[in-house]
Amino acid sequence: MALLLKNAHVIDPQVGLNETADILVRDGKIVEIGQNLAMEKGVERDLGGKIVVPGLVDIHVHLREPGYETKEDIASGTRAAAHGGFTAVCCMPNTKPVIDNAVGVEYVKARAAAVGKCRVHVAGSCSQGLAGDTLSEMGDMVAHGAVAFTDDGRGVQGAGMMRRVMDYAAQFDRVVMSHCQDEDLVGAGQVNEGVVSTRLGMLGWPAEGEEIQIARDIAICRLTGCPLHVQHLTTARGLELVRAAKAEGLPVTCEVTPHHLFLTEDAIGDDYNTFLKVNPPLRTADDAAALVEGVKDGTVDAIVTDHAPHNDFEKNAEFELAPFGMIGLETSLALVITNLVAPGIISWERAVELMAVRPREILRVERVALEPGATADLTVIDPDAAWTVDAADFLSKAVNSGFIGAELTGRATDVYVGGYATLEDGAIVE
Amino acid sequence: MAFNHKHLIDITEYSAEDIMTVLETATRFKEVNERRIKQVPTLKGVTVVNMFNEPSTRTRSSFEIAEKRLSANSLNFGGSSTSTVKGESLVDTVETLCAYKIDMIIVRDKHAGVPRKIADVSGAHVIDAGDGKHQHPTQALLDLYSIWEVKGDLAGLKVGVVGDIGHSRVCGSLIPALKIMGCEVTVIAPPTLMPARPDILGADHVTTKLDEALPDLDVVYMLRIQRERLEGAPYPSLREYNMLYGLTKEREPLMKPDALICHPGPINRGVELDSYMADHPNRSVILDQVYAGILTRMAEMYLLLGGSEDGLTA
Amino acid sequence: MPGDRRLRGGGARRREPHDGMRVACTIPNGRGGCMTDTGTVKTVCMDADEIERSLTRIAHQILEANKGADNIALVGIVTRGDLLAKRLAEKIEQIEGTKVPLGKLDISFYRDDFATHLAPEVHSTDIFFDLDGKDIVLVDDVLYTGRTIRAALDALMDIGRPATVQLAVLVDRGHRQLPIRADFVGKNVPSAADENVRLFLEETDGTTEVEILEIAPGSRAGSAPLGGE
Repeated sequence: MALLLKNAHVIDPQVGLNETADILVRDGKIVEIGQNLAMEKGVERDLGGKIVVPGLVDIHVHLREPGYETKEDIASGTRAAAHGGFTAVCCMPNTKPVIDNAVGVEYVKARAAAVGKCRVHVAGSCSQGLAGDTLSEMGDMVAHGAVAFTDDGRGVQGAGMMRRVMDYAAQFDRVVMSHCQDEDLVGAGQVNEGVVSTRLGMLGWPAEGEEIQIARDIAICRLTGCPLHVQHLTTARGLELVRAAKAEGLPVTCEVTPHHLFLTEDAIGDDYNTFLKVNPPLRTADDAAALVEGVKDGTVDAIVTDHAPHNDFEKNAEFELAPFGMIGLETSLALVITNLVAPGIISWERAVELMAVRPREILRVERVALEPGATADLTVIDPDAAWTVDAADFLSKAVNSGFIGAELTGRATDVYVGGYATLEDGAIVE
Repeated sequence: MAFNHKHLIDITEYSAEDIMTVLETATRFKEVNERRIKQVPTLKGVTVVNMFNEPSTRTRSSFEIAEKRLSANSLNFGGSSTSTVKGESLVDTVETLCAYKIDMIIVRDKHAGVPRKIADVSGAHVIDAGDGKHQHPTQALLDLYSIWEVKGDLAGLKVGVVGDIGHSRVCGSLIPALKIMGCEVTVIAPPTLMPARPDILGADHVTTKLDEALPDLDVVYMLRIQRERLEGAPYPSLREYNMLYGLTKEREPLMKPDALICHPGPINRGVELDSYMADHPNRSVILDQVYAGILTRMAEMYLLLGGSEDGLTA
Repeated sequence: MPGDRRLRGGGARRREPHDGMRVACTIPNGRGGCMTDTGTVKTVCMDADEIERSLTRIAHQILEANKGADNIALVGIVTRGDLLAKRLAEKIEQIEGTKVPLGKLDISFYRDDFATHLAPEVHSTDIFFDLDGKDIVLVDDVLYTGRTIRAALDALMDIGRPATVQLAVLVDRGHRQLPIRADFVGKNVPSAADENVRLFLEETDGTTEVEILEIAPGSRAGSAPLGGE
C-alpha cells in the first residue's frame, strides 16, 4: 500500500530538512522524499504546504488503564493523542494494579495493539506497587518491552532505594525517570508555597521539595551511571541543577509541561479552579520564564503533557480534596506553536527536537526521521489554523484542562503511524 | 455608598464603608438583645441553613442565636449527618439543600474555598463561617466591632497579631480587614507558625520578638494555638511557647496603658494568655467579642438578605 | 435617578453618610431647598405656623383624653415622628409642668416589606423607660397605609406591655390598607395615590412645612430622607 504526500513543508533537523517536497511511503516506510514524486497506485494527498514532521511523541502520559477506566482508557487516551498530533506516547505505571511486572506490560501493549490509535510505549514501575521498598522485576519487563522505569505519581522517597533502583536499572540501558517530590517536605502541599498558598489559605508545596530530589537523583546518577530523566521539572533552580549536571557530562535529561511553561500560580484565583491543581504545582512567573529559557538553550530535552485525566466529579470538588493533574494531549502542540514557535522564541526545528527527536532518544526507541527507510510515523500540521480550546472537542474522556477557552494557532490535521492514517483532516480514522 | 453584597465570603471584597455599615447596623441590634423579648420578626419566613461540616460549637451557637433573634427558620446541617460521610459530593449536597428552597447558607468547612464553591453552585446567600486555613470574615467583623467600640476610630491603630498566623483562618480575614480600616498591623510568631508571605495578607511588620513589639501596640490580638491543626509540633513545648509568645502578667509593664487584649476563643489558659491577662478588667475585651459576634452576625444577615437586588431566592 | 432603587426616597432608603451629605439634588425650588429626584413640589399644605398650632392642639387633646400627664409616655417613630414627639413633650411640659417619658422607635426590624426591598437603614430605638402599664402615645408624621403603625405596634409589644396605645399624627392622608385610625390628627389632607405627603422640619431639613409632591416613576411614597432636599 502506497501513500504519496504532495506539497509538504518538510521539517526535520535530524536530516537538515526545511523545504517543500513530496513524501512517498510504501509498506509503512518512507521510500523517497523529493520533488515531483509520482506513484502508480495508492493514496495521494496534496497537503498544500502544510508542515510535515517526524511523528510527535509524548513520553509522559497517564492512560489510566487498567484500573481507572472511568477517567481514561487506552482507546480514548490514544485517540486524544492522535487528535493532538502524536504518533506515540509513553504511559505511566501508576495504574491499578501498578505496572510492576511483565503481565502489566503485556496487557497494555495488547490493548494498545487492539484498540489504540498510536504507539504505546510502556514505562514500568521502579518499585513494586509504587511502595518504594522492593524492586520491580525490571529485567522481565524489559524482556516484554518496557522502555523505562519510574515511580511517577509519588517518586522514590528513600535515597538508598533510589540508589538500588538506578544501580539495578543500569544493566538494561533503560532510563530511570524520576518524579521529584520529597514527601516529608511537601507534606499535604496543595499549591506553590508563597503568594498563592498564603492568599488562598492552603498548605504550600515548596519549590525546594522538588529541587532536593533533583539534586539527590543527579548525585545518584553520578554514583551509579544510570541514565536519569527528571520528569515535569518546574523550578528555575531545578533547571540550573540539570544544566550543571549536563555540563559535567552526566547522562541526565529533563522534561517540562506546557502548563508549567505557559501558566503560573497567579492563574489560581478565588474560584479555586481545580483544573489548575497539578503536581508539581504551577510555579511563579520567574520559574516559567526560566523554563522557557531552558527550552531555548537545550537544557530542556522534551516537552511532555503529563496528561492526567480525572472524572468530572473528582475535579468538581473542594480544591484540597480534588486530585492533582490536568489533561494535555490535545492542546500541547498548539500551545507550543502559539507560545513558542509563532512568536519566534524557538524554531520549528527546535520544536521537532523537543516533541519528536529527543523523546525517542530518551526512551531509546527507534529513530524516526524524514529520510528513506525510516518508519513512516508522520505528523501533518496546519500552522495557521486558529481555534479555541473547547471541552466539547476533546476526545479524551476527561475535560480537566487548564486551557479551556484559550485561543490557539496551529494544530495537527493528519497523523500517520507506520504509513496508516490515524487522523485525517482533524478526524480520527476508525 | 450603598451596601450591595450578596455574600460574605472574602473580606477583601468589602470596602471600609461596607465594614462601617456592618458595625453601625450591629449597634442597632444591641437594643433588641437587651430587652425582655430578644427577638424581632425581620427574617420571618427566611430559611437559613447552618452547614457546619467541621465541629464548631461557638461559631455555630452564635449564628443560631442571631438567626433566632431575627426570627429566621434555621436548619442545622452537618456533624455526623454530613453527607460526605456517606460519600456524597459537596456539590450534590448543596444542590440537595437548594431543592429545599433555602435562602442562606452559613458554611464552616475544613477546606479552603468551599464557601465560594457553594455560592457558585447554589444561588443562595452565603456566609463563610470559616473555611480551612483561608478566611473567617464574620470573626474579623466581630473583632473590628469590639475594637471600634472601645477605641472609636480604627484608622491609625497599631494592632499586633500574635501566634499561629500560618494556620489561622482568623488571620486570613482579620489582617486584611484591619488594613482596609487603616490599621498598622504587626504579626508576631515563631517562623514555624508564620505563613510563607505575611505581606500578602497585609502585615506591615513581621517579627519574632513579642517584647519588642508590645510597647507600640494599641491592640494585642492573641491567637489560639491550634493544636489540632498542626502536624508535627512547630514549637518544642507549650511551656516554651508561653515563655516566648504568651501574654502574661510579667509582660504587662511593656504594654501601653490603654492597650486592649483580644482573643477569638476558646482560650488555652497558661499558653497564649495567663488568667490575669485573659480576665483583665480594663484590657480584655474577650467576652465583648463574644457578644459582638451576635450583634455583627445579626447585622450581616440583615444587610445581606435585605440588600440583594433580586430579593430572596435560592 | 428614577428607577434606581438605591437613590429613591421613602421606606427603602439607603444609608446616608454621617456628615449629612445630601442626596443628589440640583434644581433650586426657591425656598432654600430644591426639588428632589423623587418628585416635584406641588403644594405646601401646612406651613410652620399651622404645624405649630396643630401640635399645641394635639398636646391639649392628649392631656384631655388621658386626664393629665401622669401615666402617659410619648414614643415617636423615626424619622420625623420622634422629632414631633419631642415637640409634643415640650408643649405638654409647658401646659402641665410635667416631663413625660419620651422615646423613639425604629421599625426597620418589623417592616413587612423587608424581604422585597433593600434593607432599610437602621436607626436606633431608644426607650429608656418601662412601658408596662403606661398609656403610650405613638407619634408619627403622616398616616397613610397604616403599615408603619402596624409594625410599630408589634415592636412596642415586644418591648413591653403598655396599658393603652394611642396614635397621634400630624397629617392623615387617607388610603388606609389596614384597620388602623389615629386618635389625634393635626390635619386631614386628601391626596392621590401618585402623590407623596411629606413633613419637613427645621431641625433636620432647614425648613418646617408639609408638602404634597408628585411621585416620580419608580419611586415610592414615604418619609423624606433626613437632611432635607
